[in-house]
Amino acid sequence: MELLRSIGISEPVLQFMLINAILGLSIYLTLFTGMFSLANAGFMAIGTYTGVILTQQFGLPLWGGLIGGMLLAGLIALPIGLPVLRLRDIYLAIATIGFGEIVRILILNFDPLVSSIVGQPIKMTYGALGISGIPQLTQTWHLVVFLIIISYCIARLHRSRFGRAMAAIRQDEQAAANMGINVVYVKNMVFILSAVLAAAAGVLKAHFARTIDPGDYGFSQAVDILAFAVLGGTTTFVGPIVGGFVLTAMPEILRDFKQYRGIINGVILLLVIVYLPGGLVNPAGWARLWQRLRGKSSFKPVEAETG
Amino acid sequence: MNVTQQIVNAIWLGGVYSLFALGYALVFSVLGVLNLAHSAVFMWGAFIGLTVVTRFSLPIWLAIPVAMLGAGIIGIILDLVAFAPLRRRNAPRISQLISSIGAAILLVNIAQFAFGTQPQRFPSGTIPNQALEGLPFRITPIQVIILIISLVLMALLQYLVMRTRIGQAMRAVAFNQRVAGLLGINSGGIFQLTFFLAGALAGAAGVLYGLAYNSMTPFMGDGVALKGLTVIVLGGLGNIQGAVVGGFLVAALEVFSIAAGSSNYRDAIVFTLLFLILLFRPQGLVGQKIETRA
Repeated sequence: MELLRSIGISEPVLQFMLINAILGLSIYLTLFTGMFSLANAGFMAIGTYTGVILTQQFGLPLWGGLIGGMLLAGLIALPIGLPVLRLRDIYLAIATIGFGEIVRILILNFDPLVSSIVGQPIKMTYGALGISGIPQLTQTWHLVVFLIIISYCIARLHRSRFGRAMAAIRQDEQAAANMGINVVYVKNMVFILSAVLAAAAGVLKAHFARTIDPGDYGFSQAVDILAFAVLGGTTTFVGPIVGGFVLTAMPEILRDFKQYRGIINGVILLLVIVYLPGGLVNPAGWARLWQRLRGKSSFKPVEAETG
Repeated sequence: MNVTQQIVNAIWLGGVYSLFALGYALVFSVLGVLNLAHSAVFMWGAFIGLTVVTRFSLPIWLAIPVAMLGAGIIGIILDLVAFAPLRRRNAPRISQLISSIGAAILLVNIAQFAFGTQPQRFPSGTIPNQALEGLPFRITPIQVIILIISLVLMALLQYLVMRTRIGQAMRAVAFNQRVAGLLGINSGGIFQLTFFLAGALAGAAGVLYGLAYNSMTPFMGDGVALKGLTVIVLGGLGNIQGAVVGGFLVAALEVFSIAAGSSNYRDAIVFTLLFLILLFRPQGLVGQKIETRA
């Protein structure tokens, strides 16, 4: 901790790093299955608001809010995923961007909407003001433990039959279906898992950041989550964790350049996607870059890119 | 609700939306990629136009051609930095989408740095916004000018793409890059031309949007970006005529939902439409044949 503090990473920064690593993992699951979904910010919003309303207004403990948020996000992911996951690449991206915006606008207008249905004034999401004064319930060790458990589960998942099916679908959906993999089932399960994970990250984050508002979960949040995974790389689950850590810690370490923060983030994202298509955690990509810099042509056949 | 007035509003706003979405559609039809930095170029166009008027105190009618030129050049740079390296590597379309997001972040942040985050305006008196008299509805000269410029630019684009050799080359590259190359078409040049045209259209739309609302921030592209997506999905991705129709439809939907008193939900209505179109008619409302099935 002392070491981290010396390079500018205080405890709150560490907490954000851990949260962003979890968010990176949530989109990693869908990317690993070959689905380019940008719905994670939307599910994060659903989970966060549910969790916060449960702990703050109904006095549930943190785990109660966590389970509630995860449950609702998962329940909403099912009817959304069934039709939407029939779409591919750019079409899926656009549809999920649309979903995220619809969620944000509904949360923004939730109070008047529900009040008009119930017939009496109800204050739950507090519109554009957002909810503040959320009880501080999340401890740093909660996040560490959560991240370790999730990483372990994902590592196990990759070795399982289901995990192999995910990889097969990414490589070739048609071929996977011919092999007898239930593509619709796997894709939807992964979509739900991804939504649940994003929701969990959101609930945990709200209980140390202590304020939330609908603007936090717009298109830019969706892009940030994507950036964690893309920067780190989606060839292994370590990638998004590293990506989340690096992108969150970087502005703090380079505190003196704070006004250039956005510019630096944009440049990093561009450089990685152009020169290191497999992300930071990808030895093969570094090797290829090294060869290119030395001006040698690689004899190895170009591997199919993922993500 | 004054229906005539709402139709008038929808028409001039639709002109701006169509103009903006045409750039999206053009890039998608020729390159098959979604350029999410298009809205950042739009914003840069508006600021270039503003700078022309405020810093160099040039007349306002010069703002549009200068902004188009500047935004077009930004478009070419965008292609060189974010798209060309990936194209050379035959990277998947999604990688190009992500690199365009990176470029958008970069462009918006440079703009914040260069122009600040406070809303900026054209100096008062430069915009003719006294309502015209003797009409059954309210319309200002600037709104008429916006509509005329949009329509002229759309017609020019249509002429360029459908009636000239360059347009023929663009369509050939869009149809099949390899075959076009065998026929002696320089596809790299066509790609850059496409990005220039898309950027110029975005720049023009940016200035017109800035003139219409007279408030410019580096984030002005955000709302338009997603609306532009809806427009091109509505028209059928990559369908140029479809983008024009879609622009007017989205504007009408927006104007009428505000007039009907649901301004809070106007964006939700637009995005719900986007969602439904993607699910049920991915080829767009006006598309007939299924090109790239989603």
